[in-house]
Amino acid sequence: MRRFIIKRLMQSGLLIFLVLTITFFLLHFAPGDPMAKYYNRTGISPETVEMMRVKFGLDKPVGEQYIKWVASFIRGDFGFSIHYNRPVRDIIFEAIPNTLRLTIAALLLYIVIGISLGIFSAVKKDTLFDKVNTVIALFLYSIPSFWLSLMLIFLFSLKLGILPSSHMQSIGMQGAGWFELLCDRARHLVMPAFVLGVASAAGMARYMRGSMLDVLREDYIRTARAKGLENKSVILKHAFRNAAIPVVTIIGLSIPFLLGGAVVVEKIFSWPGMGRLAVDAIYARDYPIVLAVNFVVGVMVILGNLMADIGYALLDPRITVTERSEG
Amino acid sequence: MLLKVNNLETIFRMARGEVRAVDRISFNIKSGKTLGLVGESGCGKSVTALSIMRLVPDPPGKIAGGSIELEGNDILKLPEKEMRKIRGNEISIVFQEPLSSLNPVFSCGEQVREAIVLHQHLGRKDSKTEAIEMLRRVRIPDPETRYKNYPHQMSGGMRQRVMIAMALSCQPKLLIADEPTTALDVSVQAQIIELLQDLREELGMSILLITHDLAVIAQMADTVVVMYAGKIVEKAPAGKLFSDPSHPYTQGLLASMPGYSIPGKSLPVIPGSVPDPVKLPPGCRFSDRCGKRIEKCFNEEPPLFNLGDSHFSRCWLHNKEEN
Repeated sequence: MRRFIIKRLMQSGLLIFLVLTITFFLLHFAPGDPMAKYYNRTGISPETVEMMRVKFGLDKPVGEQYIKWVASFIRGDFGFSIHYNRPVRDIIFEAIPNTLRLTIAALLLYIVIGISLGIFSAVKKDTLFDKVNTVIALFLYSIPSFWLSLMLIFLFSLKLGILPSSHMQSIGMQGAGWFELLCDRARHLVMPAFVLGVASAAGMARYMRGSMLDVLREDYIRTARAKGLENKSVILKHAFRNAAIPVVTIIGLSIPFLLGGAVVVEKIFSWPGMGRLAVDAIYARDYPIVLAVNFVVGVMVILGNLMADIGYALLDPRITVTERSEG
Repeated sequence: MLLKVNNLETIFRMARGEVRAVDRISFNIKSGKTLGLVGESGCGKSVTALSIMRLVPDPPGKIAGGSIELEGNDILKLPEKEMRKIRGNEISIVFQEPLSSLNPVFSCGEQVREAIVLHQHLGRKDSKTEAIEMLRRVRIPDPETRYKNYPHQMSGGMRQRVMIAMALSCQPKLLIADEPTTALDVSVQAQIIELLQDLREELGMSILLITHDLAVIAQMADTVVVMYAGKIVEKAPAGKLFSDPSHPYTQGLLASMPGYSIPGKSLPVIPGSVPDPVKLPPGCRFSDRCGKRIEKCFNEEPPLFNLGDSHFSRCWLHNKEEN
């Protein structure tokens, strides 16, 4: 197990480096200029802009910039933000917990809702509940998240006024007690987490339903019933454990989609996370920030997949991770 | 009398029509005795077993009539909650395919222990000890280690032993063995049959042995019931059935056994195939394939004629009133 994890992390390190390299060159070859916003501005002379260009090393050929970037990246230095004029590391570390809060909330929401609806649908197959569930799942799965976000803001913030439309907490909460603060933050989290998780929850419910139906047809389910177990134990113990095996892989694979979705959701709800940071940085051609965000997202995706693989091996005794890594 | 099955009728509602998989069958099993249920695939043997356990998948299946009395109580009338106390406790079942019948994600010992916890309400440690003891009883070598093994880590014969240990863990009064050796190697088959015989003596239970293997029946059964297309066609004490089969179908089955045929000649076969269960012939269900049929066989279904000495046969040839 340990050997597998180490080997996997080393492979992943190489992969992330390649991804960042491609991102680096794509960014530099894309049209646009980090200094563009300073041109033709009163009070900033062309000489000053040129000086800044030299300061950030943007006057050097791309190849040289790349080598410089690699050298500092290996040392763990993400450089200096061109746009915010602050160390990238500080900016990123402010954004990571916010994105994690949003994506983990969405992940939990989608796992809990998706799995329970899926199991119910399978057990109540072909009933009205199952059919309504199928239609709703398909509907939610097909809705674009930006549209859903706007509709929710329209309904819950503008019309009903019960949920805040943006940011992580209300203004003026600094002096509030921890419980008030918690409630306030939870209220802010509801809509973005729902939008981010709901499509995945719908997909998960469909997937879980199928997996459960397959398992319920198995002979060992009949054996469990023949033992005298009640239906609840048969479903939640014998069937669920087996049906969850393929679903764990799906959860691992969904992490990139959640982080991708977070870009849209964070932008709409003005959530100060990495998604919004990345979008703003791309517009500003703030190369160091874009690369750092890519790095962090890459690490999260790889860790998510690694956890899915480990979970897979824990759930299914027929699979051992060492076998999978070597064969 | 331990088990009395009376006019049991189990139907399946299919898109093509209703299938009467088990058509008003009756038989009894005495305490400590083995009843062999024989017939070819699809004749209703396994559905009979599932009906006794009340595990017929519904829909599409349904027990439509009759009674199943366990020590005088009709278990078909019990609420589901009471029935659960009987399953795995008073009546247990061993299925045909041990690999697919064991849950792949739980260890074998754990699966045996589960039944013990459920019906004997033992604690974690005692139930484990009991489960290991059960594994030893079914002659699994090194049961302490094997307890932790998963089904995929065991051979077919060992898996079937685990299934038997699970079924017998609460010392049931009746064990239903549904083709317990069909999926196993020939050499392992003999071991499993021997094990079942020994355990029957040890525990004093009754066995309903379902198989299409007449050699197994000859070895184990006290009484034999032969089924064809959902009906009982012959019922007799085992010795009688093998020495003096009276129904043409049973005669055909016995003749096609390698041990019963004349050496050097090719094995005789029963021509044709089982009738479509949705469109059964109006007369005897075997009439299309029978070598001894008479005109009456096509039009009228024969009753089960009593030939004396607990021997019954569903064939017009035994109709004494006309012959």
